[in-house]
Amino acid sequence: MAKLVVKKLRKLFGTFEAVKDVSFQVEEKETLCLLGPSGCGKTTTLRMIAGLEVPTSGEILVDGVLVNDVPPQKRQIGLVFQDYAIFPHLSVFENIAYGLKVRKMPDAQIKTKVHETASLVDVESILDVPGKKLGLSEMQRVAIGRSIALDPKLLLLDEPLSNIDAKARERMRAELGKLQKEIGIATVYVTHDQLEAMTLADRIAVMRNGLIEQIGTTSEIYDNARTLFVANFIGSPSMNLIDCELVYGQECAVLKSGDFTFDVTELAKRIGEKPRGKQLVLGMRPENISLNVEKTNPEAMEAEVQLVEPVGAKSIYHIKIAGVTVLAKGYAMPGVNIGSRVWATFNRDKLHLFDKETEEGII
Amino acid sequence: MVGLRLVNISKAAVKKRILKNVSLEVADKEFFVATGPPGAGKTTLLKIIAGLIAPDEGAVYIGDRMVNTVPAGERDVGMVFEVPPLYPNRTGFQNIAFPLEIQKMNADTIRGRVEEVAELLQITHLLDRKPTTYSGGELQRVALARVLVRKPRILLLDEPLKNLDAKIRERTRVELKRLQREFGITMVFSTHDQLEATAVGDRIAVINEGVIEQTGTPQELYNSPKTVFAARFVGSPTMNLTECALKQVGERWVLDASDFNIDLPTLAHEIEREAIASELLLGIRPEDVILLNSPESGRCFEGKVELIQNFGDERVVTTRVGKTSLNSLTGKERVFTYGQKVYVKFNEEKAHLFYKKTGISVM
Repeated sequence: MAKLVVKKLRKLFGTFEAVKDVSFQVEEKETLCLLGPSGCGKTTTLRMIAGLEVPTSGEILVDGVLVNDVPPQKRQIGLVFQDYAIFPHLSVFENIAYGLKVRKMPDAQIKTKVHETASLVDVESILDVPGKKLGLSEMQRVAIGRSIALDPKLLLLDEPLSNIDAKARERMRAELGKLQKEIGIATVYVTHDQLEAMTLADRIAVMRNGLIEQIGTTSEIYDNARTLFVANFIGSPSMNLIDCELVYGQECAVLKSGDFTFDVTELAKRIGEKPRGKQLVLGMRPENISLNVEKTNPEAMEAEVQLVEPVGAKSIYHIKIAGVTVLAKGYAMPGVNIGSRVWATFNRDKLHLFDKETEEGII
Repeated sequence: MVGLRLVNISKAAVKKRILKNVSLEVADKEFFVATGPPGAGKTTLLKIIAGLIAPDEGAVYIGDRMVNTVPAGERDVGMVFEVPPLYPNRTGFQNIAFPLEIQKMNADTIRGRVEEVAELLQITHLLDRKPTTYSGGELQRVALARVLVRKPRILLLDEPLKNLDAKIRERTRVELKRLQREFGITMVFSTHDQLEATAVGDRIAVINEGVIEQTGTPQELYNSPKTVFAARFVGSPTMNLTECALKQVGERWVLDASDFNIDLPTLAHEIEREAIASELLLGIRPEDVILLNSPESGRCFEGKVELIQNFGDERVVTTRVGKTSLNSLTGKERVFTYGQKVYVKFNEEKAHLFYKKTGISVM
């Protein structure tokens, strides 16, 4: 049985429809990420699950029980906020024990529970340290510990890594990932950072304008984006998107954008079968464009390098092919710089094609 | 030609030194980046160059001229802040034109200059609107235009992309780099994000607690870090670092990290006498940690998969070998499961070695 079921959830603020029609499930031990730009309705959805907002319509079931009318503190849901909300003057022990005391658990039992939790989130050695002296990653662990000490059925995390600088975020992301695996509680995680969603979630629900645009495993979302929005939002650098038209020649078919052409004869039948408008968008992820200093295959297209962005062992090459600028990502090529001639090959197995008007994927 | 030169700059605040003996040279028309964690001293450095803060010690040269006593307004330096202060009651045009009006330039020249810079930054459509209607990205571009319109000799940008959404940040950093090249501006840019730093910078200074750890091109910083801090700061996922000892085994010199060991890289052979008595840190980049499904001839070590992070085009797999966790970067085609037994092999020639005590590279 699913730990959390959300059915046709809707929320109006005055006349503004923040959440329009959202349904999804979270299975036991699963982490589902609600991902989208600001204003997409992800936080409102989370707040309704927590009981901090009342849905206009729709149902929320935790462990099969309808909780729409259950007050937040009785929903058995743990909520971890963006700033962690650690009590600065209380020790780590007291922070974790806080919720248990509120529930009037006997002291001896609280002690056992806090130690048990502390060992799980690895804060046993700092139980006496006051909240204000904690580092970021300790605060994160204490905040999660405080939530899970109450044995919640579900854990909700609201952008827990968004205020942290890039390097620390990388470390805390990995720590959070390990912690989630150890705790094994069903989790809903809200973020606007696609990389955070990709690395932490089992499944992602990409939200836009109060609706879920696509829901699936991280690989499904990355490899088989069903709409232009998802294709563009997931992945860094973004997928190359080239406006084009399908043009038939004698026994061949090409996608054409000005002087740029890409042979799709083999795919023409598949494309032809789908209902679509005239304007199409060709999608190709930067890592699926390989560059070479020589023409190593007949399909390679001549290109000029316009900009090189070194990112570790790899580089992002901004190249111009027949008037169209695209990004290619691959291992750094010594000697290739701005102005260099290179040969670019698109991996045709990884081709995406969208209808420009409906924004729906065609292949 | 030298655009900017700092000699032994130091600055202290109450009870704390913010910058310690910082010296650097920025070539004319160079894109120079100061990167480091929050609190490293980046903003102070920029403000000293701009003349907004006076250093306690040291000298600032712009071109050949020492400018320590030259007031900010006469240094021919423009600075864009993290949160750009624009006049809310004036249109984009009036905001951008303001610095020229102060110089009592005639109206036609002002109009020409403003329109030129607006076109370059693609903000012509914002000229008639007021800042309250701008998005974060638009605000940054208008603020940048207001500084660029003066055609300063040196442009300072203090974390200009920090408050932008990930997607807009990616695009804006490319625009900035193009602009810097087209205008031929000498630019000093600060960021806490190492990826942003290597992507845009011709040369980069890695700053830690007021001290420059290393200055170099993105490739130099990535391939030959001079200190543990630089090694750890540059590159994502972070370099694996493990304590180790140098030992002679028969004819070979081996770096023994207790849970695993590798041959001493050829590069490090000359220093072995000094290193043998020292505590060392062995550094291996995640792409140089190779995971095998079954043991191979040669050296490999058994481990267990502890965490899998999906980065879209690649995966970061954390493997536990004994008590050591090692990150490795693998292609997305490889499938791993939690707890899976794997064998770890290293690109031994790519290993880095540091003295543990000083944090300085052995090589």
